[in-house]
Amino acid sequence: MTAYTEEYRGLVAWTGGGEVTTAFRREVAALVGEGGLISEPAQLRTYECDGLTGYRVVPALVVLPATTEEAAAVVRLCARDRIPFVARGAGTGLSGGALPVADGVVIGLARMRSVLSVDVADQRAVVQPGVTNAGISAAVAQHDLYFAPDPSSQVVCTIGGNVAENSGGAHCLKYGFTTNHVLALTFVTPDGDVVTLGGDAPDQVGPDLRAVVLGSEGTLGIVTEVTVRLLRRPEAVRTLVADFPDAEAAGNAVSDIVAAGIVPAAVEMLDELAIQACEKAVQAGYTLGCQAALVVELDGVAVEVDEEFAQVQAICRRNGTTNLRVADDAQERARIWKGRKAAFAAMGRISPDYFVQDGVIPRTKLGSTLTRIREMSDAAGLRVANVFHAGDGNLHPLVLYNGAVAGEAERAEHLATAIVELCVEQGGSITGEHGVGSDKACSMTAMFGPDDLTVMARVRAAFDPQGICNPGKVLPTPRLCGERPGPYRPHPLEAAGLIERM
Amino acid sequence: MTAPDPTATDPGTQADLRLHVDAPVDAPVDAPVDALAEAGRGAGVFDAHHPPSDELISDCVHCGFCLPTCPTYALWGEEMDSPRGRIYLMKLGKEGAVEMDDTYAQHFDACLGCMACVTACPSGVQYDQLIEAVRPQLERNHRRGLADRLFRGLVFALFPYPSRLRVTAVLGELYRRLGLRGLAHRTGAVRLLPRRLQAVEALMPPAKLRHLATRTPAVTPAVGTVRRRVGFLTGCVQRVFFADVNQATVRVLTAEGCEVVAPPTQRCCGALSEHAGREPEALDRARALIDAFAEAEVETIVANVAGCGSTLKEYGRMLRDDAAYAEKAAAFSAKVRDVSELLAELGPVAPRHPIEARVAYHDACHLGHAQGVRSQPREVLGTIPGLQVTDIPEAEICCGSAGIYNLVNPEPAEELGRRKVEHVLSVAPDALATANPGCLLQIRRYWPGDLPMFHPVELLDASIRGVDPVTARGGRGRPSLDARTAEPGTF
Repeated sequence: MTAYTEEYRGLVAWTGGGEVTTAFRREVAALVGEGGLISEPAQLRTYECDGLTGYRVVPALVVLPATTEEAAAVVRLCARDRIPFVARGAGTGLSGGALPVADGVVIGLARMRSVLSVDVADQRAVVQPGVTNAGISAAVAQHDLYFAPDPSSQVVCTIGGNVAENSGGAHCLKYGFTTNHVLALTFVTPDGDVVTLGGDAPDQVGPDLRAVVLGSEGTLGIVTEVTVRLLRRPEAVRTLVADFPDAEAAGNAVSDIVAAGIVPAAVEMLDELAIQACEKAVQAGYTLGCQAALVVELDGVAVEVDEEFAQVQAICRRNGTTNLRVADDAQERARIWKGRKAAFAAMGRISPDYFVQDGVIPRTKLGSTLTRIREMSDAAGLRVANVFHAGDGNLHPLVLYNGAVAGEAERAEHLATAIVELCVEQGGSITGEHGVGSDKACSMTAMFGPDDLTVMARVRAAFDPQGICNPGKVLPTPRLCGERPGPYRPHPLEAAGLIERM
Repeated sequence: MTAPDPTATDPGTQADLRLHVDAPVDAPVDAPVDALAEAGRGAGVFDAHHPPSDELISDCVHCGFCLPTCPTYALWGEEMDSPRGRIYLMKLGKEGAVEMDDTYAQHFDACLGCMACVTACPSGVQYDQLIEAVRPQLERNHRRGLADRLFRGLVFALFPYPSRLRVTAVLGELYRRLGLRGLAHRTGAVRLLPRRLQAVEALMPPAKLRHLATRTPAVTPAVGTVRRRVGFLTGCVQRVFFADVNQATVRVLTAEGCEVVAPPTQRCCGALSEHAGREPEALDRARALIDAFAEAEVETIVANVAGCGSTLKEYGRMLRDDAAYAEKAAAFSAKVRDVSELLAELGPVAPRHPIEARVAYHDACHLGHAQGVRSQPREVLGTIPGLQVTDIPEAEICCGSAGIYNLVNPEPAEELGRRKVEHVLSVAPDALATANPGCLLQIRRYWPGDLPMFHPVELLDASIRGVDPVTARGGRGRPSLDARTAEPGTF
């Protein structure tokens, strides 16, 4: 059975667009100034990939607008000439969502990084898309407020990218994803109109277009202002690290915590390899050699937190914890989190190369899935480290390999893909929070049928009939992905030497 | 992109590089290892003398954690002026995918070398080693414009020479005391100078003429029992313009039981040259300094300038190819300590008197990021009763001084200087303490009014001697926040 309908093929087909000519460049320069334009070949190369370096495409032009008006004006020029464009924040994404389009324009939002207003009484702030996630919390810390979503890259990733990916983080188990903390967006449509989606009130009349844009990975337009919801800092926060002899025991502890009616702020799990890497990088005090460490954090009203924290400790003991480390103060807690949040990047300490995978499974299948991953890892002869949000079943297996060894990269990629397919098989999903981007577009057919994809393509075409806004991301292109998902084949662009994998 | 003028650099090197621009990255293992073949074996735009190492480059996983701490990314938000962007450019350079032209060079010249990215990197990328490999390559293989060459020539003919600095200081004092400075500023004549010379004019500190004649004694005995015999680096700018800091350092060290040896033959340590990629000059200076301390027979070598201290600790790496000096250099580096490091290690013995003041501590990049010395200065200041030490927000971002950076790149340096001043103002201190003269001059330049500024060791000295340094320097007249709009440099 084919994976695509005829309508779908028609909707996602790219029939060719305009070119970035000298005249076009001059027009853009007139809008944003020469300083807002990057066109030297060597400079353009530094924009050829985001946090996923395996895919690289050199853009024709990078534009750095300073205002919504400038961004909209640039988009209007692109729309007029049918030139594809890609929005980019800090370029930390792990699914190639900000991968440029060949001969297209990258609209970088790194210069739009002001906190425009803070409304303390109503617990709202209006920020530009280039403000970092942690920057929002820092800007309102004096009012005892913070922005709850906390992806591990929060010190560098921008709110614009968080909106595009609907980012989560360790604490989204209790507090929800970015979409639960964004009230309104100033949005540049793919034809260059500036509109407001959502509003200050938490509930809007009519269809919630704000929610449609959240998580659309930059395929529906460009967000140039974000009204975020701020939370009051909890009265009490308690954090512990519990070591377990194996992942099964740790998984059971997680299930028991949830079954006891406790909603932790975060439950994270690190396995032996992940602990080894974190300790090498930041010496956060995890036990080397421990097979599975759980980080559990509770927050809220002090009396409630204290009582539940005692319960959590009892549950960990009941499930055979070998060591309980309770953070006594904010510094100790920061240390625990620093280790956890540096985990991906720290893999560089124990392996020359690695793939970060992102899949979701039902929480109850943690133990069995991890056992399967270990079997697959043994069979492939490659190490797999696991760091994940155990509370909501969001796995981040890291497949370690050495790119200098012939054939190892391919084997690692096969294994990474097989792990994601295992997640779907277990009743989960191909991505929890890193997005589909370029990396997993071809895996979409593993989860969605022809009709699902057609509906998605219709939504996209309603916003962007010309198909110029971050094309080639999220929705699979039949011509490039083949008719069915399967083992790795060279991407046609790769075969043509236009992109390469590392 | 314009191709570099083939006649502009050494024709031999140039011809060779041009030939091999498209050379394959992977070389056969059995290829001959002579220098030219090495250049052709994938060094791309770099010559064979210590190009940035492929291994160090490949440590970078492009995660971007370095971006928020990079001063130039903070200013411009451009990928090629970020640490990972620069590493990317190094990689392209090695592959021969780009040319070493002005565009390429400008992004490395724009790097302050503050090493904040080294602190921030979770993967342990050694950007310090990478940038220090690239700068000499640029010096050898890229020809700068005439004005740039002349200006850099001037800087390096002046700053590493205390004797020349003293003459300049006297001329500067005359310029100031005869009212010429005021006149030049009132009439706007100073603005006719090129930006870089304006920067020199504005940064040149007032010199106390009596300090110009001051020399650190060759040996100063310890007070009481000798706990350690230490060598002392007197610095260049430090000994001319901050002679009082050197005096305070000697007093504190001796009060804490150190016998202080300051070989009179010591000259510039080469830090400025090293950080600017002038490798042969830096190595000559390093060798000369090692020789100067050869007879001193000291256990520890103390620096009170962050930038010098970090370079002294690098001597081992810098001289690794020099058979005659490699071992001596490594042994020398192993002895080097910042003064606060040594004092924290020794622990206090001299009694302290209280200083009732609120002092903001500014981490000099070459102390915090480059040497990892953060807790010791705070610990040492913490031994002073009554002194309240506060941190400054956004402490990891450089103040823009960065060796000669504020002279050669005055515009970004000014933006960073003003940004730092904003953050210092936000904690409303009575005084500022930092362990690098460059930072002091830079922050003072943009400070609205007169903030007493100290090297931490000066505060310690005052505490041991029982004087109130803050009031003595006209402190406690804290500038109001409205003073932010005042013209800088008017004190």
